[in-house]
Amino acid sequence: MAMKIGSEPFKERIDNGIHDDFMRGAVAGAQDGMGVKRRLATEELGNWEDWRSHGEEIRQHVLEHLDYYLEQLSENVAKRGGHVFFAETKEEANDYIRGIVQQKNAKKIVKSKSMVTEEISLNAVLEQEGCEVIETDLGEYILQVDDHDPPSHIVVPALHKNKDQIRDVFTKKLGYNKTSKPEELAWHAREMLRQEYLTADIGITGCNFAVAETGSFSLVTNEGNADLVTALPKTQITVMGMERLVPTFEEMEVLVSLLTRSAVGQKLTSYITVLTGPKEELDVDGPEEFHLVILDNGRSNILGGEFQSVLQCIRCAACINVCPVYRHVGGHSYGSIYSGPIGAVLSPLLGGYDEYKELPYASTLCGACTEVCPVKIPLHNLLHKHREIIVEKEGKAPISEKLAMKAFGLGAASPILYKLGSKLAPTAMNPFTVGDRISKGPGPLKSWTDIREFPAPNKERFRDWFKNREKGDK
Amino acid sequence: MKVTLFATCLVDLFHSNVGKATVELLERLGCKIDFPEAQICCGQPAYNSGYTKGSKEAMRQMINTFQEAEYVVSPSGSCAFMLKEYPHIFKGDPVWESKAKELAEKTYELTQFIVDVLQVEDVGAIFEETVTYHTSCHMTRLLGVKEAPMILLNHVKGLKFTELPGKEQCCGFGGTFSVKMAQISEQMVDEKVCHVEETEADYLIGADAGCLMNIGGRIERKGKPIKVLHIAEVLNSH
Repeated sequence: MAMKIGSEPFKERIDNGIHDDFMRGAVAGAQDGMGVKRRLATEELGNWEDWRSHGEEIRQHVLEHLDYYLEQLSENVAKRGGHVFFAETKEEANDYIRGIVQQKNAKKIVKSKSMVTEEISLNAVLEQEGCEVIETDLGEYILQVDDHDPPSHIVVPALHKNKDQIRDVFTKKLGYNKTSKPEELAWHAREMLRQEYLTADIGITGCNFAVAETGSFSLVTNEGNADLVTALPKTQITVMGMERLVPTFEEMEVLVSLLTRSAVGQKLTSYITVLTGPKEELDVDGPEEFHLVILDNGRSNILGGEFQSVLQCIRCAACINVCPVYRHVGGHSYGSIYSGPIGAVLSPLLGGYDEYKELPYASTLCGACTEVCPVKIPLHNLLHKHREIIVEKEGKAPISEKLAMKAFGLGAASPILYKLGSKLAPTAMNPFTVGDRISKGPGPLKSWTDIREFPAPNKERFRDWFKNREKGDK
Repeated sequence: MKVTLFATCLVDLFHSNVGKATVELLERLGCKIDFPEAQICCGQPAYNSGYTKGSKEAMRQMINTFQEAEYVVSPSGSCAFMLKEYPHIFKGDPVWESKAKELAEKTYELTQFIVDVLQVEDVGAIFEETVTYHTSCHMTRLLGVKEAPMILLNHVKGLKFTELPGKEQCCGFGGTFSVKMAQISEQMVDEKVCHVEETEADYLIGADAGCLMNIGGRIERKGKPIKVLHIAEVLNSH
């Protein structure tokens, strides 16, 4: 499973996350900082809700007419001399790219940040081919240098590392001998990377948005690395999820604004790179050969179904940045390169319930994710939908839970049973009750009372009080 | 005005004081309270855990119970919101969808009802304490009731309000989440308790028994000297 990271069971991953004090401090700090920046950047527009609605409308329109726009996109890429390949599976995508590598006899490949290539484990495939693969996004570069540590966040992949840890990695792996000042670290990475761009045979990128009308694709970065990856190597390969396109530049402008404001609280990022096909006669730079790989890998199964709205996602990570669960467990706990609320919805869809059945429960359904999503994906509703499927279709809920819910269902639907149960409750709980509280509860209550006090059932239920009071009135 | 109270199962079984305060408060505001005995639970614990089919009988029971009511008022944003979800849950059901819609339309959370329907902002309460307020997620984000509790608290005489840092963050209750994902829930409620402590308030106020049971239970376990009250109890102090 290419999306999968780590091999520990879910509970263990959670435990590791919770006990990683540094990571938690970094995540909480980042969430708080980015939260403020995001809010300011969205409030500045004055009519953020209208923008969100517009974004949703654009994404829904594209998904409803995906076949049309994909055809238009591929025609226009071809018209400009580019090659388009539709990959149904990750294997097909990797095979195609491997073919290009072999044909070009490529030895060195530079990449700009791309989650979709993480999804298909492209780096591992290329390395097996004997290629040197260099990530050029600073965060991705740090992770790669650190023995391929997986990303913990879809926008800020090295969020779980601090500058001292990064200095240690650089010292150990790159012979770095300066301080942990971010400027010095970044400068060192920049110097290392500059040479790589100049000597790379192939540049590989992801895609923020492809533009169907022109056959272009765009990349949003703050480091300008995508400019170099697309400008210097002779061969350029772009991999995109099949849903990541817009009809025209007009819609792209709206989505880029939603993306940068939601992702990093910026009006615009420092660089927005747009490339249309291979270089033409009068162009001074750009690739001589351009390939667009459009990846399905399970997306068309989502299309047309009850989870279709998840394909509206523009990968801004705003949902991750507000998620109170992500805040305490970090990205690696999700066991998928897609973490946070979007990951908890997407991972079971792309990777199956066997692998990711816990993720939809890693949420209080507090709705913070849904509230910030710039394209209005009802994330918490989709998490709930997963739960319904896990319980009712997949039958993967624990038996003890099924029994408890059955009992609950009966009690909650039958006034007689409820009356009996609630009357008996204080007596039944008596052995566990001290004063007005239960500190060591039996059965399912134990998980509660391991952490908190539980109130003892009222000796006089509210309904009894009300009834007695009414009698008294009469 | 006749008000039918949906007390919620948590209040009925564990927090009857909240129910009593709700009744007395609404009566003081001129309402006549009715409490249909057939009400049990809105079905949310099972529904949110994915047991939709298994919780529908409880929902039908609720719909029938409140069929005659003019206004259904609940001292819980989360449970009130659950009733508002019924039309989606019964969507396409020839019998129950329309009934569910009727119930959803006449359902209000307590503070929302006081401010929006009774059009009262000052309930004449006196509470001379320093308090902070936890804005429950379902109440604010899903039901959309953000202002009403603040408006009402602002008019309470003697009440000194301090804002809760990170107030929009979930307390980690989430129904069965609190036991199913107990490890994570613990971290969430701990952060919430820290924030409550930072305010140096003597009282934590909330409008949802579930959240208060979670935060309050952790406060008690940690032996913190912070008292926890439902907003109905504060508004009923005079």
